[in-house]
Amino acid sequence: MQDYQMMLKAYQKAGGTPDIFKDPRIAHLVVNQNNVLGSQSTDGLTLTAKQKERGVDVDLGVEEGIRIAHPVHLCFGVLPKEGRQEIRVNAFVKKGAEIRILAHCVFPNPIKVQHVMNASYTLEDRAVLTYEEVHYHGLTGGIEVIPQAKIKVGKHARIMTNFLLIKGRVGRLDIDYQAEADENGKIEMVAKVYGHGDDKIRVKESVRLFGEGARGLIKSRIAVRERAESEVVSELGASAPNARGHVDCVEIVQGEAIAKAVPLVSVLHKDAQVTHEAAIGRVNQKELETLMARGLKEEEAVEVIIGGMLK
Amino acid sequence: MLKIENVNIKKDDRIILREIDFKVSSQEIYGILGPNGAGKSSLAYAIMGCNGYRPNEGKIIFDGKVINSLPIWERARLGITLAWQQEARFEGITVEDYLLLGTKGADRADVEGALQNVLLDPKDYLKRKVDKTLSGGERKRIELAAIFTMKPRLAILDEPDSGIDILALDRIIEFVCNLRDGGSTVILITHRADVARIAERAALIGEGSLVKEGPCQEVVEYFENRCLVCPQFR
Repeated sequence: MQDYQMMLKAYQKAGGTPDIFKDPRIAHLVVNQNNVLGSQSTDGLTLTAKQKERGVDVDLGVEEGIRIAHPVHLCFGVLPKEGRQEIRVNAFVKKGAEIRILAHCVFPNPIKVQHVMNASYTLEDRAVLTYEEVHYHGLTGGIEVIPQAKIKVGKHARIMTNFLLIKGRVGRLDIDYQAEADENGKIEMVAKVYGHGDDKIRVKESVRLFGEGARGLIKSRIAVRERAESEVVSELGASAPNARGHVDCVEIVQGEAIAKAVPLVSVLHKDAQVTHEAAIGRVNQKELETLMARGLKEEEAVEVIIGGMLK
Repeated sequence: MLKIENVNIKKDDRIILREIDFKVSSQEIYGILGPNGAGKSSLAYAIMGCNGYRPNEGKIIFDGKVINSLPIWERARLGITLAWQQEARFEGITVEDYLLLGTKGADRADVEGALQNVLLDPKDYLKRKVDKTLSGGERKRIELAAIFTMKPRLAILDEPDSGIDILALDRIIEFVCNLRDGGSTVILITHRADVARIAERAALIGEGSLVKEGPCQEVVEYFENRCLVCPQFR
């Protein structure tokens, strides 16, 4: 019980509202390390979590045609300074169903913590899934976060993922998401990360548009300062008529930080199109001077620009 | 209020402003006229203190103090600001937050008033982002609204008429007059003689040099009769 309360405290610190865990209309799951502290399903939605020898298996299913009115709240974390968490998620959203998931991942004082997420999301035809993942890692930086996901988007289905790690230190982050869309399916993947100290950030997002009229967007916004390093690999391939994809990457570098962007775009059909834009480097001088002409010092202006970009 | 004394600026080994010399009095509208590429924007950047536009010779004096070595933000805190001809875009920053940046004690009502002053409905714009989803004309008006919210002592408006449709031109002129009536001194940079006419005095810049300086009417007539007739100025 004490762990549960402490998790809720950490969850609140990360921006969550603990009261939602008392609401019977809201499906939720709370996991500290590999211990399931609480879970709740709702009508039309099954959410189960089983503790295994090494990690937790989470099954999430939404019945056909059901629109889940309230977002599902997931709270994962490791409260002690050392520990490992492994979460395996298998999510299945049936035909025409719609769901929004808000995941808060909280690691308040990590010295030697590892968080591994291995997820599989399957969206049947016309299904909609919005997945937002907000991380809070404290200020110590002793953490490794390895989220991996395989996503299948059916005909006319739609997924939006939004990964946010902008408060506290990152530690080491290694995202690997792979998604594919069938006819008129839509995939939108956004990652926003702010690295400090000697943080290491790697974001690899891969989208394959194999269905006619499929759409894909990979958007990355990364800021690194001090000695932090980032690498963004955005892979987008379109192989069907009228498939359209876009890669949009911005990385802002300060101090001795290093950033790389690798856009890998491919078109395997004459009627498909993929575009990409990337801007890497220091803060745009014009933006900086515009804000300084309003009386902001250079460092204040940089923070406003980065804050806006990561919002 | 502002004295520009024999200012020379070199950029990439090329002289872009040569022996510029004029004075701007408190609460006047001072026009800077000239064709494209004459050096009008360079002069604006020099007054604001932008990177690469510090005078190699001469002085920029504001309220009796030489400000050549002051960075942009310090000049801004003295009350100088600039509305850029090509405005920057800011991802994730709302119009309301943008207008409040750097202001002292301005609130939502001030922001709404400033937006109305440039004919933008606050209901439609307060929560919009100052990013590439705005049209050029919308972005221009928001920049002017930001200047209005700041209530600067000296506002440098770099071609506030560019990208604005002809029907809104009268409104921009009214805006400049309102800004002056609210207590600001305005340097109005334009290559449109009809817009420049609202100034009390003006300077004509050509190829980086001061061609003529004095009462606005005389400078505008000179510009229309001697410059606009030249093919390269059209």
